[in-house]
Amino acid sequence: MSVLVGKDTRLLVQGITGSAGGFHSKQMLEFGTNVVGGVTPGRGGEKFEGKVPVFDTVAQAVKATGANASCIFVPPPGAADAILEAFDAGVALVTCITEGIPVADMLQVRRVLEGLKGKSRLIGPNCPGIITPGACKIGIMPGHIHKAGHVGVVSRSGTLTYEAVGQLTALGIGQSTCIGIGGDPVGGMDFVDVLELFQADADTHGVILIGEIGGGAEERAARFIKEKMNKPVAGFIAGTSAPEGKRMGHAGAIIAGGKGTAAEKIKALEAAGARVAPTPSDMASTLQSMMKT
Amino acid sequence: MKIHEYQAKRMFARYGVPIPRGYAAFTVDEAEAAAKKLAQETGSPVVVVKAQIHAGGRGKGGGVKVAKGGAAEARELSQKILGMQLVTHQTGPAGQKVRRLYIEQGLDIARELYLGAVIDRDRRRIAFMASTEGGVEIEKVAAETPEKIVTVHVDPAVGFAAYQARELAFALGIGGKETLGKFVKLLRALFEVVVKEDCSLCEVNPLVVTKGNDVVALDAKINLDDNAEFRHPEWKDLEDRDEEDPVELEAKAAGLNYVSLDGNVGCLVNGAGLAMATMDIIKHFGQGHGVAPANFLDVGGGANQEQVTKAFKMILKSPKVKAIFVNIFGGIMKCDVIANGVVAAAKELGLKVPLVVRLEGTNVELGRKILSESGLAIQAAGTMADGAKKVVAAVGGAQ
Repeated sequence: MSVLVGKDTRLLVQGITGSAGGFHSKQMLEFGTNVVGGVTPGRGGEKFEGKVPVFDTVAQAVKATGANASCIFVPPPGAADAILEAFDAGVALVTCITEGIPVADMLQVRRVLEGLKGKSRLIGPNCPGIITPGACKIGIMPGHIHKAGHVGVVSRSGTLTYEAVGQLTALGIGQSTCIGIGGDPVGGMDFVDVLELFQADADTHGVILIGEIGGGAEERAARFIKEKMNKPVAGFIAGTSAPEGKRMGHAGAIIAGGKGTAAEKIKALEAAGARVAPTPSDMASTLQSMMKT
Repeated sequence: MKIHEYQAKRMFARYGVPIPRGYAAFTVDEAEAAAKKLAQETGSPVVVVKAQIHAGGRGKGGGVKVAKGGAAEARELSQKILGMQLVTHQTGPAGQKVRRLYIEQGLDIARELYLGAVIDRDRRRIAFMASTEGGVEIEKVAAETPEKIVTVHVDPAVGFAAYQARELAFALGIGGKETLGKFVKLLRALFEVVVKEDCSLCEVNPLVVTKGNDVVALDAKINLDDNAEFRHPEWKDLEDRDEEDPVELEAKAAGLNYVSLDGNVGCLVNGAGLAMATMDIIKHFGQGHGVAPANFLDVGGGANQEQVTKAFKMILKSPKVKAIFVNIFGGIMKCDVIANGVVAAAKELGLKVPLVVRLEGTNVELGRKILSESGLAIQAAGTMADGAKKVVAAVGGAQ
C-alpha cells in the first residue's frame, strides 16, 4: 500500500518531446513507471524512445491509453494551460514540475480545481513530484536514494526532501510515498490534503513533514495533526535564519509583515504533538526516536 | 520586482485609476520646470516633491515635502532631497540614495484611506484590503487594530464585483452617490491593473477623498511577479539598477538565485529549501561563535558547469567571506558538474579561505574524485551537520 501512485498508475507526460520532459521520461521508464503516452501539440503520431506513443491533445491520449495520471514539463508560458487541459480530460492525478508559473495563472487553475470537487488532484507546481519506492515515480527525484517502507514524506522543498529520504534510507527506514507539494504561493495539494491520505493509509506508520517560511500551510497542518492524527509526525521548517522581506528562492518563501516566520510554525507543530528536528541533519533520527517510543 | 511610485502611477493612469498630475525629474532643473508646468496646468502654485526610492515610509524619513510657494521653493526642496541618503523603516540603517524625484500637484484632502491588494495564499484569491487609517504604516494597523482593516476576496472567474467594492466603500464611510460611484470605478480599475500587469502587491496609501469629492490615488506602490516577466517585455524599462544589490543583479543575469546576508560563511547549495536549511544549520552551530551565512545561493537543478563556476567565483570575490560551505544533494544536479565548477573557479581566482564540501546524490563518487584530484585544500564532510560544524570551526580558526 501507499498513497496516490503505485503499480496501477498509468502515466502521461505532457511535454515529453522537450529536453527536460524527455530526459525525465527516460528516467521514469528506467525506474519502472508505466509511462503509457506523451503529449506535445503538433507531434501526434510520433513515438518517444521508439515505443511510447505521442498525442496532440491530452483528451486523445487519455482515450487511447486509459491514462489516470499526468506529469507536466511544459515551460511556464504554457504550463497553466497544460494543467487545465489535463483536468478537462479527466486525469485523476496531475503533477506539475514546472518552475516559474505566474501566480495570476495559478489563481485561475486553483479556481477550476475547486470546481472539480476532487475529481482531479494537483501536485505542484514547482515541485519534484511523487514517488512510491519500488512501484512508481512521477517527477524528477533521484530514484536510487529511496527504499520501500512505511514512512510518508511531504515537503514544500525538492532537495530537502532528498535530504530527508537520504537520512531515512541511511538508517534503514523505508518510505511508503514521498510527495513534494512545491514551493509556490498558490498550488494544488497542501500539507493537510497529504496528511489526510497518510493518516488513512494502513501502510504508512509515521510522517516527515518539511515546511518553510511564508504562508500558513504549516499552521493548518499543525491543527490537522492535533485533531485528526494518531501517527507520529516529525518536522523541519527551513528559514529560521531568513531575513524579513527577502524572497528565499521559492516564490512562496518570504516573510511578509512579520507573518509566516519559522518560529511561529515550529511552535504550532510542537504544540500539536509533532517533533521538530533541531537541525535539517536530524529529520530522520527525530522521527525514529518517536516511532520507538 | 519593485518599481517606483511614478512608474506605478503611469500604470494606474492607463487603466483609468485617477492620480494627481505629476512629472518625474532626474535633476533640480527638471524639478523646477515640472513645478512651473504644474502651476500653469492646475492654476495653483502648490506642488509636492517626492523622493523616488524602492521603499516605503519616505514621508517620515524626510523624502516628501510640500512646496506652497511655487517653482522656486520646489527647486530648493528638490536640491535638498535629490542625492540625500534617505533612511526609512524599510531601507535599513544605511538608507537609500535618492536619484529620482516626482513632482506632483497638491490636492485639498478631506480624507486619507488605505487600499491594498495582495495574493492571499491561504485563500488562493486576490485579497483587497481597505482601512480608514490611511497614510500611516499599515503593518502597525494590522498588528494593533486589525478590526480597522476590511477585506474582500475576488473570485477570478467573476472579477471584482461591484457589490464587493460597495462593501468596502460603506465600511470606509464613503457615502454620496457620486463619490461612491467614483470609488467603485477606481477599485475595479485597480483590479484590472493587478491582474493584467501581474502585480504581486499593489498598495495605495493613502487613497484620498478630496474636498471636491474626487477619489484619487495619492501614492502607489507596486511589486511585480517575477515569474510573469516573460509576457512583459516592457518591464525592462522599469528596472532601476541603482536600487538593486549589484551582486544580486550579477547573479540574476547568470540565472542564479542569490540573496546577500550579513554573515561570513559563503554558501553554495542546490535547491531553495536545502539552501535555506544550510543557512539555518550554519547559524545553529555558529551562534555564539560569530559565525553566520554570508549569502543564500541556490544554483538550482538545471545549472551547467559555467553557472556553477560563476556562482563559486561570486563567493570567492566577496570580501566578507571567511570560509565556504558547498552543500549538494544531487538530484537532477550531478555532483561532478558541481565539482568541476568549483575546481575551475578556484583555479582561476585562487582559494584563500577554508572550503568545506558535502556531496551526496547523483554521481557522488565521480564528484568526490574530481575534488580530491584537484589538489585543492578541501575538507570533506559526510553530513550537513558535519559540514556545518567544520565550517564554523574553520571560521573560528581564521579569526
